[in-house]
Amino acid sequence: MAMAWIWTGMVVLSVVFGIANGSIGAVGSAAMEGAAAAVELCLKMAGIMCLWNGVMSIMKASGLMDGLSRLFRPLLSRLLPRACRDPETLAALSGNVSANLLGLGNAATPLGVQAACRMAKGCGGWASDELCTLVVLNTASIQLLPTTVAGVRSALGAQNAFDILPAVWMASILSVITGLLAARLFSRLWRR
Amino acid sequence: MDYSAYLVPLLLAFTALFGLGKRVDVYSALTRGAEEGLTILLRILPALVGLMTAVYMLRASGAMELLGGLLEPLLIRLGIPPETAALLFIRPVSGSGALAIGSELMAAHGPDSYVGRVAAVMLGSTETTFYTIAVYFGSAGVHKTRYAIPAALAADLAGFAAAAFAVRLLF
Repeated sequence: MAMAWIWTGMVVLSVVFGIANGSIGAVGSAAMEGAAAAVELCLKMAGIMCLWNGVMSIMKASGLMDGLSRLFRPLLSRLLPRACRDPETLAALSGNVSANLLGLGNAATPLGVQAACRMAKGCGGWASDELCTLVVLNTASIQLLPTTVAGVRSALGAQNAFDILPAVWMASILSVITGLLAARLFSRLWRR
Repeated sequence: MDYSAYLVPLLLAFTALFGLGKRVDVYSALTRGAEEGLTILLRILPALVGLMTAVYMLRASGAMELLGGLLEPLLIRLGIPPETAALLFIRPVSGSGALAIGSELMAAHGPDSYVGRVAAVMLGSTETTFYTIAVYFGSAGVHKTRYAIPAALAADLAGFAAAAFAVRLLF
């Protein structure tokens, strides 16, 4: 329902501003142009999206996700020590992180939710510090290959769609670190 | 020679060889994944039609510029280009909305321009925060989310500023 309000708000706002600025004619033709641009964009990025989804599916089938999971276990045990004492939670957590890294959203969410459910048990509807950390880890994107963005860039004629990768990694890492530090800091202030 | 030019061809070759080494039928895995990609596209297309219509209207009406202008003093202090103001607001709320605004920015300024690159890095390095929080806490039955939302939003804000910083540093 939230999107209904946001969408209506955007349309009404542009009509109000269009009338006030005398640009209502341009607003009308922009609406048609936007709808056409959406389909054009999807068509132009379809090939790249399909290709990278195929590559990801090879990686998944060859067990790359499990290998990555094993790599992340020590780090996760330090970040979420209590949750990681339970081997099943640890398996779900490391699967969640490695699926996120590979951009496999469809695989990452069920694993993360499974871990969250196990961690929330017996907390009576309160989010523990470790559960907050898990959620912050998942709201800060940590994706090795941002394929959708690369698809958009190449659809719009970028010279090299993937040349933003180092910048994306740098921004992701800074964002995750800030999130974890903020969570650590806020956990002192928000005692139950 | 730009080293990132090696990335795509080498990654394709590596994935195929690694898969074959693990006795995976890489070609059918590839086509299966490609089919899945089509399903994802079909799912975002209707949302993108609705949202790109609204975003193009907002841009043509001049409301977008006004928002950027209002926030300019604050955003400049954070090193964030004011053109991306609308993206900052929609990003934590709606994934397709962010894709609509981000691709409009890339189309208007050019994908290889400073603003176009910053928009792309912002899209790639942040998530649909509120949606993720709703899914995780909703399915775990948690009502008292304590500081999860402010901490996640702090991460988003840091991601936006870091995106602009990284593009300035690397390009």
